[in-house]
Amino acid sequence: MAAVSLSAVSKKFGPNTVVDKVDLAIEAGEFVVILGPSGCGKSTLLRMIAGLEATSDGEIQIGDVVVNDLEPRARGCAMVFQNYALYPHMTVAENIGYALKVAGLPKADRIARIQSVAQMLGLGEFLDRKPMQLSGGQRQRVAMGRAMIREPKVFLYDEPLSNLDARLRVAMRAEIRRLHQRLGTTSLFVTHDQVEAMTLADRIVVMNQGRIEQIGTPDEIYRRPASAYVASFIGSPGLNLLRVNVSTNDGHIKFGDGQLLAYDRKIWKNLQDGPVTFGFRAEEARLASDGRGLSIRFSFSEELGSSRLIYGAVADEEAVLMIDHDEKFSADETAALSIPNSAMQFFSAETGRRIS
Amino acid sequence: MEKRATFSNASIGVLFVAPQILLVFTFFYWPTGAALFWAFTLERPWGGGNEWVGLDNFRQVFADRAYWASITRSLVFAGATTFLAMGFGLLLAVACDRGLKFYQGFRTVFVWPYAVVAPAAALAFRFIFAPDAGIFSALVKSNPEFWNPAQNGYHAMVMVIVCYSWKYAAYCFIFFLAALQAIPRSVIEASAMDGAGVLRRVRDIQLPLITPTFFFLLVISITDSFQDSFSIVDVMTDGGPAKATEFMVYKIYFDGFRGLDYSGAAAQSIVLMFLMIVLTFFQFRFIERRIHYS
Ligand SMILES: Nc1ncnc2c1ncn2[C@@H]1O[C@H](COP(=O)(O)OP(=O)(O)OP(=O)(O)O)[C@@H](O)[C@H]1O
Ligand SMILES: [Mg+2]
Repeated sequence: MAAVSLSAVSKKFGPNTVVDKVDLAIEAGEFVVILGPSGCGKSTLLRMIAGLEATSDGEIQIGDVVVNDLEPRARGCAMVFQNYALYPHMTVAENIGYALKVAGLPKADRIARIQSVAQMLGLGEFLDRKPMQLSGGQRQRVAMGRAMIREPKVFLYDEPLSNLDARLRVAMRAEIRRLHQRLGTTSLFVTHDQVEAMTLADRIVVMNQGRIEQIGTPDEIYRRPASAYVASFIGSPGLNLLRVNVSTNDGHIKFGDGQLLAYDRKIWKNLQDGPVTFGFRAEEARLASDGRGLSIRFSFSEELGSSRLIYGAVADEEAVLMIDHDEKFSADETAALSIPNSAMQFFSAETGRRIS
Repeated sequence: MEKRATFSNASIGVLFVAPQILLVFTFFYWPTGAALFWAFTLERPWGGGNEWVGLDNFRQVFADRAYWASITRSLVFAGATTFLAMGFGLLLAVACDRGLKFYQGFRTVFVWPYAVVAPAAALAFRFIFAPDAGIFSALVKSNPEFWNPAQNGYHAMVMVIVCYSWKYAAYCFIFFLAALQAIPRSVIEASAMDGAGVLRRVRDIQLPLITPTFFFLLVISITDSFQDSFSIVDVMTDGGPAKATEFMVYKIYFDGFRGLDYSGAAAQSIVLMFLMIVLTFFQFRFIERRIHYS
């Protein structure tokens, strides 16, 4: 177990800055998920920590040691790769035990530790097989076992679940979480799946175009996204975002089609006249029974089992609503939405940062 | 729908394959047939066609000590050149695969020797190894015994082996590099994370994963060394000094076209062909049993 800290870490590939001055402090034993869209530099960041990629700038510390110039093997990290990267010519046991073999452990010790790791991951009966003879989920476990057996200071996961089918992914997710509770090893987990991030993380780091947008617990990030970008990325569906104009004098916001919606000036003191981005969660707005409120035109719905998503438009901008089954609605009709002040969120129209 | 082109007129098809058949016939079946004919017959001393002698020619060849010596030399040559060429090819390929700077340029440079025709390479190496003007000339001045391939059989052998290996290392390099690049990067990275250093990675991960290529090159390299040595020997040593570099294929040429013993030479070439078939067969059987990945 070790803390990991990055200060002003950057990575350039030629003229492209892929990771831009990232500052991040991870406590020992913490499970941190790095979340972001494809190509935002998540893997690159992880690979710099692992030592597979040199940093262009900045400093990486693991424990008390600055590791910038250390070889991967000297850093004490173990990594689980997206495509597993198992050694195809070795059996499962050899794959798991390779690190120990390289470290020069006696065979008897090695076998004992391979056995115990295999036990923990339910791989006992597959030890003599080659990776080719395993299913995707089993390969995933072998990759985990290979990382675990070294008892590393830090686990690095690079989208380890993205090649699995939906059910297996949920099962492995729970298993990773359980393993973390048991071993307590500092873990960094890269993913572009926000559900994975929300369920696994102690803290989430949201990245966008090589920069950190927000760091926070899943709850903080869900409730108080620091930017419109984070808000739209987190939650399923993401936050509804609409362009509006604020009038502080009258205490209302004006939508593109001229509709007005009143807000509480005592709560939203920092709002200023002019354009802002207005947001609300699909599950926090209600259909107004008295027909007074923001008018929305529905177009279609999606069944989720426990509830229903209905898609529509407010002032020609897309908006989604989540409603219970007993609430009635019919497609292609207009309804009124009531959005309480507690559900309102505002973001700067220029910078996208949150206005509180 | 059937993709295969079909010819309504059979004679057009025959016309298309004719050049190929003609080539194969002229340069393979005909000479092989002729060799077989010569191997089992003997020209009558006073002319008048050939006489069937059964296995007599073969008995004579195998009774000849010089022939056995040439087989031994051929095997030494095959072993040494295969070891050197594959070793060097692998070394260069591993270095290139590590993504050293400008390796694109190196890659082209390393491949060139293979494009040089063997006699030209041999000629170049004759100059390089010339005792009076080549790389050893300074040492030869103080000690004439140090390097003298024209007189010393071992020196001549070394010279021929080096020249051939130089050319063949390029060939091995191409195949090794392609095989190394086919190994997923992440597998190498995983082993780096597992603590393996560069050499350990080569030994534990890369070499085992390119065994199919390794065995392919082993087969090709050994069988080729039996035949391809001819032009190099011809240019550099003429099989000398004192037959020290007379390999099987050169002896066939020498006995047949210098000694005019067609029947003996034909018998030798049948033996060589047979040897190569057997070698290839065993090696491929071995490979098919041992190597299975991907
Ligand atoms: N070796 C490289 N050379 C040049 N550019 C690179 C290299 N590796 C990555 N990049 C670029 O850096 C950017 C970030 O890549 P990275 O792999 O970190 O993305 P990612 O966030 O992991 O995306 P994904 O979710 O698709 O895996 C991409 O635009 C990619 O094209
Ligand atoms: Mg990635």
